[in-house]
Amino acid sequence: MGDHHHGPAKGLSRWLFTTNHKDIGTMYLWFSFAMFIMGGAFAMVIRAELFQPGMQLVDPAFFNQMTTLHGLVMVFGAIMPSFVGLANWMIPMMIGAPDMALPRMNNWSFWILPPAFLLLASSLFMEGGAPAFGWTFYAPLSTTYAPPSVTYFIFSVHVLGLSSIMGSINIIATVMNMRAPGMTYMKMPLFVWTWLITAFLLVAVMPVLAGAVTMMLMDIHFGTSFFSAAGGGDPVLFQHIFWFFGHPEVYIIILPAFGVVSQIIPAFSRKPLFGYDSMVYATASIAFLSFIVWAHHMYTVGMPIAGELFFMYATMLIAVPTGVKVFNWITTMWRGAMTFETPMLFCIGFLVLFTIGGFTGLMLSIAPADFQYHDSYFVVAHFHYVMVAGAVFSMTAAVYYWLPKWCGRMYNETMGKTHFWISFIGFNVTFFPQHFVGLAGMPRRIPDYALQFADFNMMSSIGAFIYGASQILFLYNVIATIVAGKPVSDEKVWDGAEGLEWTVATPAPYHTFETPPTLDAKPAHA
Amino acid sequence: MTSQTSTEYETYYVPDKSKLAVCATIGLMLSIFGAASIMNDMTFGDPEAATSSWSIFWIGLFFFAATLFNWFRIAIKENIEGLNSAQLKKSYVLGMFWFIFSEVMFFFAFFGALFYVRNLAGPWLASEGEGGRMNYLLWEGFEYTWPMLQTPQEAIGGVANQITANNGTYQSAETTMAFGDAAAWYKWLPLWNTIILLSSSFTVHIAHMGLLDGNKKKFNLWLGLTVLLGIIFVFVQAYEYYEAYAHFGLTLNSGIYGSTFFMLTGFHGFHVLMGMTMLLIQWLRSVRGGHFTADDHFGFEASSWYWHFVDVVWVFLFLFVYIL
Amino acid sequence: MCFEAKRLAKLALGPVLMLLSMVSAGVMAAGEKVNEVNMAPGVTAVGQNIFDLHMTIFWICVIIGLLVFGVMFYSIIYHRKSRGVTPATFHESTKVEIAWTVVPFLILIGMAVPATSTLLEIYDVEDAEMDILITGYQWKWKYEYLSDDGENVSFFSNLRTPQSEIYNSEDKGQHYLLEVDEPLVIPVDTKVRFLVTANDVIHAWWVPELAVKRDAIPGFINETWTLAEEEGIYRGQCAELCGKDHGFMPVVVNVVSQGEYDEWLSGKKAEAAEIKELMAQTFTMDELMERGKAVYDRNCLACHGANGEGGVGTAIAASAIATGDLAGHLDVGINGVAGTAMQAFGGQINDVEMAAVITYQRNAFGNNMGDMVQPIDVFNHKKG
Ligand code: HEA
Ligand code: HEA
Ligand code: HEC
Ligand code: CUA
Ligand SMILES: [Cu+2]
Repeated sequence: MGDHHHGPAKGLSRWLFTTNHKDIGTMYLWFSFAMFIMGGAFAMVIRAELFQPGMQLVDPAFFNQMTTLHGLVMVFGAIMPSFVGLANWMIPMMIGAPDMALPRMNNWSFWILPPAFLLLASSLFMEGGAPAFGWTFYAPLSTTYAPPSVTYFIFSVHVLGLSSIMGSINIIATVMNMRAPGMTYMKMPLFVWTWLITAFLLVAVMPVLAGAVTMMLMDIHFGTSFFSAAGGGDPVLFQHIFWFFGHPEVYIIILPAFGVVSQIIPAFSRKPLFGYDSMVYATASIAFLSFIVWAHHMYTVGMPIAGELFFMYATMLIAVPTGVKVFNWITTMWRGAMTFETPMLFCIGFLVLFTIGGFTGLMLSIAPADFQYHDSYFVVAHFHYVMVAGAVFSMTAAVYYWLPKWCGRMYNETMGKTHFWISFIGFNVTFFPQHFVGLAGMPRRIPDYALQFADFNMMSSIGAFIYGASQILFLYNVIATIVAGKPVSDEKVWDGAEGLEWTVATPAPYHTFETPPTLDAKPAHA
Repeated sequence: MTSQTSTEYETYYVPDKSKLAVCATIGLMLSIFGAASIMNDMTFGDPEAATSSWSIFWIGLFFFAATLFNWFRIAIKENIEGLNSAQLKKSYVLGMFWFIFSEVMFFFAFFGALFYVRNLAGPWLASEGEGGRMNYLLWEGFEYTWPMLQTPQEAIGGVANQITANNGTYQSAETTMAFGDAAAWYKWLPLWNTIILLSSSFTVHIAHMGLLDGNKKKFNLWLGLTVLLGIIFVFVQAYEYYEAYAHFGLTLNSGIYGSTFFMLTGFHGFHVLMGMTMLLIQWLRSVRGGHFTADDHFGFEASSWYWHFVDVVWVFLFLFVYIL
Repeated sequence: MCFEAKRLAKLALGPVLMLLSMVSAGVMAAGEKVNEVNMAPGVTAVGQNIFDLHMTIFWICVIIGLLVFGVMFYSIIYHRKSRGVTPATFHESTKVEIAWTVVPFLILIGMAVPATSTLLEIYDVEDAEMDILITGYQWKWKYEYLSDDGENVSFFSNLRTPQSEIYNSEDKGQHYLLEVDEPLVIPVDTKVRFLVTANDVIHAWWVPELAVKRDAIPGFINETWTLAEEEGIYRGQCAELCGKDHGFMPVVVNVVSQGEYDEWLSGKKAEAAEIKELMAQTFTMDELMERGKAVYDRNCLACHGANGEGGVGTAIAASAIATGDLAGHLDVGINGVAGTAMQAFGGQINDVEMAAVITYQRNAFGNNMGDMVQPIDVFNHKKG
């Protein structure tokens, strides 16, 4: 307890036992990057097998394991923890708090993640192989017809859920309770706002996912019949429960990304964020709507027409608040004085590509049309536009933006820009053609395909290798910066940046705001 | 705008580094690894074969429980040492509130499943309503009732007549748990359990009032009574499970009726056990350790919120599982 | 600095142009018959409606996109620091916020109207002239033509592409992975109702050109329909992950004239009668082995391997069951092994086929039992 003015402890115990939000944030960030590489490696296997028609590298069963683990690892291992890490680092600094509200629990939320993923990954070596039923694990493929490793998968999902719930409770408590005096809700930086709402979504839906996997567990081992018609259950029940979690989940992935972009665009436009209030309301509306649209993933299961219509209308509505956000960002850029450092480039990339992904989302939401799109590569293209170019791009922007603050050293700008351009081109070459093959009738989750899809698949694979390779550049740049980057000492690393995190020393000291900062009348986001 | 000097400000206690999290992780992971292995031995392996799954499970669980015990012990000690500022206490309050909210959502999943099978899937299986017009081709003769005393599988004469693959056999329950004989209402256990659990919410409230008045005696008495009621509830529930298995033919295998019945009441029962343990610990703290004052008793208050939550869940259970 | 920024702007244009050219390539190719880049309008009225809906929304999105990105790129080019601009400070306007909430909302309503009517059409399963029960199996489709007299015609439809093409030891044929041994045959200009279900896991029956995709859910029957207006062969695939060979369970529908259809149907009925006759027959070992190999290659090979070496299923070569008690072997073949991928084939292949394949398994791959199974044995075994 007591003396907080010492620095971090030395050695491994610093990381194992730490209660410091910055240490924990750092661990989350590195962990998520490791998972990104792992999930990316799985994606490379997928793309390599799909390079040409015919079976070349892996057998179909293993291919399905790759698809499943790729989705699971990317969503639960790479994206979510990366934003939690960012929240850990930034939220206390943005609201003027000494640390997270419940620091020991914070450490626990992190440390149960690596073993949970170890358990999941180890299923690759188990008898019958790893889970091969897709990241959406529809019953009964994931119950009666699943390999034995499904039990470990279920428990690992329980642990991931526990981690997310604890992490979110911590964020909610921090934001609600630890704001510096004068930091009213409507003065909080948008990143904090989006995370507050995200945390609420997490606490609401992770337990539902836990319920779903628990029912699976009971069906597999204890003879219940939740998902078996013979006993009076229904396989589609699983999908309803899963997507009640799953749809909010995709906004859990994107809302913090919105927050990041709302911090960075004003900084490099040197102009306050346009429409702060409407941004907050739009985020809240998206979160609200996300609870009542889940069945748009299930248009083809044979729902009654009334349900079909309800979910279609509700889903379409999401375009309105999301549009508000896009328009606000662009108006923020309008008549600013922009410069285009790497974080800004990634944000612009985000803006363009996410919007395209949103448009395809809107197309998918049209139920009759979705009868043709559903479970085709068009869907794969849609969600990689929103998740890779949405979440991953903005996460990358966030790292470039705050890295100098974190370690007191500047990254190599040329390398950063190169990273952006290779990523941008690689990404589009990978995923744009997937729209075409999807529309032309290529189903997703297949290891082999008919000949008319060959050209675009080859293109897509080449793009994927380019995009993947560009991440090496990123990794190198980050490490080189930490080890030997040009030191920066300005508190304000970027001249247009606003917010409390830019008022502390650079690099950010181990403990910040042990006494709360003084806020002036100027709103924090201005 | 607001300017506050550091002297006015109570420092927020940030604990120093701590081994708790890592220990808890080790315990948790061992116990779930053990549990998963036990289940796999049961279902995919040879249940007779000797494995170390049970040992791993128990060691992990013990380690986990011990760590949590220690964790709470340390948190309580910190509070007694006066490290917790009012602001920190509020963090605990928020933490507990949102934890309970997440529990609500967990039950929501199971209630949702119940509503779905009762109102949609069940009728469809019997070819009623919009979604299942043609389903008689698969389950000819199945009629939907709730509680479902005959599964679709049984309606067509068992597994052998099934058009869909055999994914397990489901025996029907012989009797429902619903309110049956009006003359023998006093033999209907769920009613007694409802009375017991509802009154325990009152007793815990009276205990709280006592504490607020600084009347520790009253507090100890009524809190003790609450724990007692909780114990009785659990026993009655266990007896009811015994009845269900032994005499009603209602088991986990009894189709969707057994599945929802046991999962909902089972998870509720598990939460009663947790709440009871929490209250028991608070009682011990008060009786043995002399903890809690009229204005500082969050440990108790959190446990009592939890207890009320468990109670509310029961009311819904009573309504949707037993009565309707 | 200024120079660099300009170069960057030019660089940014490259990818944008690339995207646009890809989009326009997609749109221009839309009219052709075999489509590589866009949705097929198909050969049904519903399909045409969906296609129109798809293109309408696509163009609306393109227009909105051009406007939004146009404003953005204008801003990027003209409002850059290197041009020496001073940033404005405005940061809110309730009026514009309301405008860009209401306008998209109205656009959405415009989309919802045709979407709703198309959806209602898709859901209108009444007045069908014939019913076909489609059942998804791991990994094949079963088609059953429901008729009032109870004499249903039914058959399985398996992937026909040989392993040698899939594993690249032979050149791939034109309809690689999209060809089956027995296609579904339906008459043209007839409203056909499909009752879709599954035996094991969820599958989805999808034929893009008939504009039908419906999930096949074990234990439930989904209804959908089509009315093909043009004769031809239409190909699709299973569209719901259903395990290992999800990528290898195509759908082929042969739309023919009413006359051809009737002819085909009576052929099918005759075939069924013939099998009935065969059931009573006694076969020689050679006949059984020959038929057995064909059945094995079609139904068992995927799991048990070309040489009985096993795979998803256990090895048949030297297997305890295949070289053990005959009744036990028959039992596995007919009733499957609960909880494993080994399905109950009793309802999937007829007694002649079953007799043949069991005989084959007992006398091939180095198994040398020498015993034979006749159709009547299978029949008796089924009766218990
Ligand atoms: C980050 C994650 C993310 C995000 C943000 C979204 C955003 C959206 N998604 Fe997406 N989606 C996924 C991740 C995401 N999705 C994933 C992972 C899947 C597949 C899961 C699986 O099956 O494995 C999926 C699948 C999916 C489906 C199911 C497809 C199928 O399986 O058949 C649908 C259908 O409605 C859908 C719709 C939408 C819509 C309407 C939005 C909207 O939020 C988009 C809103 C944005 C815009 C519309 C653009 C900006 C707006 C304007 C510029 C305003 C003006 C515009 C108009 C008026 C048109 N998504
Ligand atoms: C946020 C989540 C996320 C992210 C970031 C990604 C990233 C990528 N995804 Fe994936 N994807 C999903 C979420 C995500 N995906 C989901 C949910 C599914 C559905 C799963 C299912 O159907 O169940 C899916 C499915 C999916 C499919 C369809 C599979 C199928 O249907 O069978 C494909 C196919 O191309 C694909 C490709 C890729 C590629 C090429 C990347 C690339 O962006 C990855 C790039 C990253 C790296 C490559 C790693 C880092 C770099 C290095 C380690 C350097 C070394 C590398 C090289 C030298 C090449 N993904
Ligand atoms: C979808 C995959 C699949 C198909 C197709 C399949 N089998 Fe099997 N088969 C299995 C599996 C899996 C097992 C192992 C079951 C177990 O674990 O006992 C098995 C086991 C068997 C066995 C017992 C072998 C032994 O010694 O354990 C026989 C006999 C058999 N199958 C016959 C057949 C016949 C005949 C066919 C075709 C008409 C067939 N199988 C098609 C998956 C399949
Ligand atoms: Cu059948 Cu996929
Ligand atoms: Cu969704």
